[in-house]
Amino acid sequence: MFEQTSKYVSTVDGAMLYITAFSVLMLLLITVAMIYFVIKYRASKNPIPTQYHGNIVIEVIWIVIPTIIVLSMFYYGYTDFSELRNTKEYDEEYFVTAKMWDWDFKYENGTITDTLYVPVNKTLKFNITSLDVLHSFYLPAFRIKEDAVPGRDGFIFITPLETGVYDIACAEYCGVNHWDMYKKLVVMEQDEYYAWVESQSKENKPEVTTSEEKTVESESTEMSENNEN
Amino acid sequence: MSINSTTNKNFTNFYQVKTKHSGLLSWLLTTDHKRIGIMYLVSILTFFLVGLTFAFLMRLEMLTPGPTIVDAQTYNSFFTLHGMIMVFLFIIPGIPAVFGNFFLPLQIGAEDVAFPRLNLMSYHLYLVGAFLALYSLIFQTHIDTGWTFYVPYSLRTGTDVTLTLMAAFILGFSSILTGLNFVTTCHRMRVKGMKMFEMPLFTWALYSTAWIQVVATPIIGITIVLVLLERSFGFGIFDPTLGGDPVLYQHLFWIYSHPAVYIMAIPAFGVISDVVATFSRKSVFGYKVMAYSTLAIAVIGYMVWAHHMFTSGMSDTARTVFSFLTFFVAIPTGVKVFNWVATLWRGTIVLSSPMLMALSAIFLFSIGGLTGLHLGAISTDIHLHDTYFVIAHFHYVIIGGILSMFIAGMHYWFPKMFGTMHNEKVAKTGVVMYFIGANVLYFPMFIMGYMGMPRRYFDYLPEYQIYHVVSTVGSWILISAILLMFINLLIGIFKGKPAGPNPWGAKTLEWTMPSPPPLLNFIETPIPNHDPYDYHDHDERVFREAKEKEKEIINQENS
Ligand SMILES: [Cu+2]
Ligand SMILES: [Cu+2]
Repeated sequence: MFEQTSKYVSTVDGAMLYITAFSVLMLLLITVAMIYFVIKYRASKNPIPTQYHGNIVIEVIWIVIPTIIVLSMFYYGYTDFSELRNTKEYDEEYFVTAKMWDWDFKYENGTITDTLYVPVNKTLKFNITSLDVLHSFYLPAFRIKEDAVPGRDGFIFITPLETGVYDIACAEYCGVNHWDMYKKLVVMEQDEYYAWVESQSKENKPEVTTSEEKTVESESTEMSENNEN
Repeated sequence: MSINSTTNKNFTNFYQVKTKHSGLLSWLLTTDHKRIGIMYLVSILTFFLVGLTFAFLMRLEMLTPGPTIVDAQTYNSFFTLHGMIMVFLFIIPGIPAVFGNFFLPLQIGAEDVAFPRLNLMSYHLYLVGAFLALYSLIFQTHIDTGWTFYVPYSLRTGTDVTLTLMAAFILGFSSILTGLNFVTTCHRMRVKGMKMFEMPLFTWALYSTAWIQVVATPIIGITIVLVLLERSFGFGIFDPTLGGDPVLYQHLFWIYSHPAVYIMAIPAFGVISDVVATFSRKSVFGYKVMAYSTLAIAVIGYMVWAHHMFTSGMSDTARTVFSFLTFFVAIPTGVKVFNWVATLWRGTIVLSSPMLMALSAIFLFSIGGLTGLHLGAISTDIHLHDTYFVIAHFHYVIIGGILSMFIAGMHYWFPKMFGTMHNEKVAKTGVVMYFIGANVLYFPMFIMGYMGMPRRYFDYLPEYQIYHVVSTVGSWILISAILLMFINLLIGIFKGKPAGPNPWGAKTLEWTMPSPPPLLNFIETPIPNHDPYDYHDHDERVFREAKEKEKEIINQENS
């Protein structure tokens, strides 16, 4: 459960564990009570029921206590979320564009790739949009997703703590190849990453400075034109 | 209850009554709420079996990665058809249309609903809508939008959604009219001496549900009209290329479709309350709290719709507010569960098939409800949204809670509706299989979802296969259980022993008349108890002796 892919991941998993623990406890309570009553008060043993119409104190108790507990869950979920959303400073920014049925990842220097390369231990911002229908940029290992909505820009932040290769999936149904939008997020050592970025911008030097038309990836020419509008 | 009325010799029941029409027309043109209930039962179960077939095929496709039995396009049609049919044709009308129509007037001592002709019209609209939906879905186009019809995809897809949307529009009207009818019936048709807070909790559930139907359903109607206008005339309401806003569509869709979850669930809660009280030989613990919590769910449930949209790109403030509100709907729901369990305390518990199903439903529904907490908290929802976790969550609610109680209702009210008893042993075996099947089918989905398997995927990564295999095996167990119980009931109609007016020893008014009921229900105007579940003088031994005697008399008269 506790992968340390980012600090945020452990807070989400913490919330998950907290809610699950409470749920299991409640379920056990309900189930054990049910089974106990069914056995103890079965008709053959207890043929005359004792009428009992309720108890206002008990009702108040089981309204108030669960209210406090679920509000703590709300608070837990909310603080993690708002801390993440209100990240003011970030190191790198990427532009993620979804289309049927592909992703394009654009870097600040104008490079566009098919696999997303990022440095470890940096705070990264992804701006997410779509060219056609709804998609959703989902990084399961980082416990985060945000819909790609045409005409809008969504964003998420992550701060990966470990290098590695992670899945990117589309989580909003977008048609026949919705399932086939898996891409890779490659978290690299910082020096490796910056060397790679450097090499990319050299290759693209003439284009990058003028416009975003040409890129490393084939077939993305049309993409960047769309990106302009 | 006099012994005479245990048999059908002294009156004609509503099946035997001669009307000006005969044959099929005596059904299709009837205004008798009981016949309308039976017609809904037949139609709804037919559509349910169609939806079930698609579920079976989907699970089969998921058995192995890559194409197993169909291609991606067909799979996408399968989950769309499954969702559309189950949601709009089965589970939304479900309990209110079948058991509400049949038993609401009986539970409050009325001859019929307030507007019998309107009631028939609701059924006709349902039938027209349903056939239009099936025709458009299956024969005309392989629709692939998912039951949610999210724009812009639903505006752009090559498959033609116009007719399907029209069908949903008509079905909406059927639902509104039924709601209107039930609200009026509860207020105006109660037998003399029965106050609102003396109605059985199933009636309370129908009443609260009816309000949601009246207030929420028009919004889906308007949304459908807007989508149709946009598709046909290019109005720029939702499509961003025309200056519209796709997130607006999601708001409108969920403003209806979240309350719709309670249109499905609240009547099921009502069935649980009645069944648990009957088979505990006890009044429901905290009757008034139960009635109010039903209303509270209806009201709060209206204000939490955007918890389906935490990742949709709506503002962070909206996400926070809706997460906060969502947790409040957990409270009255939890209170209901606690009160059911407390009702068992010091009761006289009889484990007949409806009761067994209700206890299983309380367990399964609790899992569905509690995992709703994971989806209500923002940070966890953002991870779990649109994954198999959500599928597991709402199937635990719908299959574990609502379908369970639909089937429990079928068993509980079966002797009243058809006048005969089903085989209890087979029914109980079915309940146990159902419980096992539901868990094996849906529990692995929680794990897959947490691991990151998105929903509506034709194919999946190899690490998920083990969970999919287990889940598919579960689907076979669950489907066998459902078919077993249905066939058992079907045999019961034709071969079952006469049931007598009140085989379960229930206290609500529908059990004070012969089974099946006469045309205008009550032979004498019933005198309601102040407590709808009045067991103060109950002794199970005396009840069983009386039952034995009644059985002998019935057997003598029949031989
Ligand atoms: Cu997609
Ligand atoms: Cu909802």
